[in-house]
Amino acid sequence: MRRLPFSPWHLLLMPLALLFALPLVQMVLTAFMPDGDINRFPPRFIPTRLQLDGFIGLFNESQALRWLLNTVIVSAIAVIAHLVLCSMAGYGFARLKFFGKNAGFLMILATIMIPAQLLMIPTYVMFTRLGLIDTLAAAFVPWLASAFGIFLMRQFFLSLPAELEDAARIDGCNTFGVFWRVVLPLAKPALATLTVFTLLGSWNDLIWPLVAISDESIYTIQLGLANFQGTRHTQWSLLMAGNVVATMPLIIAFIVAQRQFVATMTFSGLKG
Amino acid sequence: MSLLFAGRHQSAAPRAAIPSGRVRWLHRTLTGWGFAGPATALVVGLSIFPAVWAFLISLQKWNGIAPAKPIGLLNYEFMAQDPDLLAAVRHTLVFTVLFVPSSIFLGMLVAVALNRPIKLVGFYRTCIFIPFVASAAATGILASFVFNPQYGAANSVLRALGLPQQQFLESQSQALTVICLIALWGQVGFTVVVYLAALQDIPKDVVEAARMDGANRWQVFRHVTLPALGPVTVFTSIWQTITALQLFDLVFTTTRGGPLGATQTIVYYVYTQAFKLTKFGYGSAVAYGLFAVTMLITVGMILYSRRSKIEAF
Repeated sequence: MRRLPFSPWHLLLMPLALLFALPLVQMVLTAFMPDGDINRFPPRFIPTRLQLDGFIGLFNESQALRWLLNTVIVSAIAVIAHLVLCSMAGYGFARLKFFGKNAGFLMILATIMIPAQLLMIPTYVMFTRLGLIDTLAAAFVPWLASAFGIFLMRQFFLSLPAELEDAARIDGCNTFGVFWRVVLPLAKPALATLTVFTLLGSWNDLIWPLVAISDESIYTIQLGLANFQGTRHTQWSLLMAGNVVATMPLIIAFIVAQRQFVATMTFSGLKG
Repeated sequence: MSLLFAGRHQSAAPRAAIPSGRVRWLHRTLTGWGFAGPATALVVGLSIFPAVWAFLISLQKWNGIAPAKPIGLLNYEFMAQDPDLLAAVRHTLVFTVLFVPSSIFLGMLVAVALNRPIKLVGFYRTCIFIPFVASAAATGILASFVFNPQYGAANSVLRALGLPQQQFLESQSQALTVICLIALWGQVGFTVVVYLAALQDIPKDVVEAARMDGANRWQVFRHVTLPALGPVTVFTSIWQTITALQLFDLVFTTTRGGPLGATQTIVYYVYTQAFKLTKFGYGSAVAYGLFAVTMLITVGMILYSRRSKIEAF
């Protein structure tokens, strides 16, 4: 048998890679495409000319910029709160000795198995009574801390050698000083992992905003898009422009920080 | 606060040796909960408390406004004879059975390919992983476009190949399979990366030793690589099963449960019962049913992997 001039694995990977990438390419191209190119038969893949009508239509006919801003706020609060609260709790459960520690940690572990769908109904009732429904707080409060985040940080802190902390303590640091100056700077990989997961989860969440928010000016971008689709389901350039707005921030973040993303998935997968 | 303060000074004052034990205990407890308390309170308040409450709601007939009526286990009894729920369970199980094995097979295959020292590996990996970052909402909208029967790319490709045109998401018999394909497109990147990491953890000398002993590539894969991937396979199976059983977003942004209820899943059913028909009691009962089934399947998979001597947990 004659050898191929390239590895046979390319025959598998090249079509697959195109299959995964081309829909996204088409999404971007369609967002910049004139309606005439989209609604003709057979449809065009490469536009005859590029134009911004999809984006202009999207921003004129919906509050997409507002939704994007809402999502940025929700995700930023979610990530910052996760980093602060979960790393502190993780450190407490990993290193400090205190009354009720094991009971507290067991309770947190138990919640990992509870699916979000189970919590939707009582959380909705609870948030209604607290006056949180139809506010941005409804979207970010469930993302302030998570059992997964606490668990992840605890596992990471347990893997650090304790000697460094002992040395800092002998030098006169108090507990918070040790945590802040010695431990946190070492925890960058775990903090990056936590950031990636919280960002992905809070940015892409759909079902909870769908339940908790009905005021259009409070929509997150995912909720806005899903509802916008319901009313404009043939205006593809607008819808694809919305898709570009909703996905590009994360895709760009992914390409910039690809190494960290992959390390994150690996980390979570193996420690899962 | 004054106690905290006292505690700190007492360590320097040997005279107060007797109360210092208790004060130090208090200081420790306060410091510990100062660290762990806020996050723990949030997690417990937003999951254990509502989970217990959801169970109480499931024993009631309640629309969220009028006074709740306690009805015992009636909601659970009704579940057993609700044909719409039965259909939703069937759709969810069909989806799970299609999705989990194919995502694992495809993930493993692609990871093995990406683990070869060939050109363009970085490009391939990026292409396959990027859809994982896209939200289910965006993925669903994009898929509605690609699979649109009139001007979608999928039918264009079929036409170019001389194959008959399909209705895809608008066909009762195809919609669920198409949603499964879309879910695979979005999720395979995750399994690939997890498998890739596991492959890179296999010691090179073990593989070399097997090759030296005369094993061919397939035999190396079958007897060295595959067993080494066992724990990761257990992990990804459980993870993907849980994901599949909770399918909602993609259905919402492609078919909204249609056509004629053909893609109604359990979570979609919970959503409509609770938030469209305001049947909070019945919705909570179904959600508890889903939780129970998820637990059973997860525990079953862990026990099976234990019995097969795969140490995943």
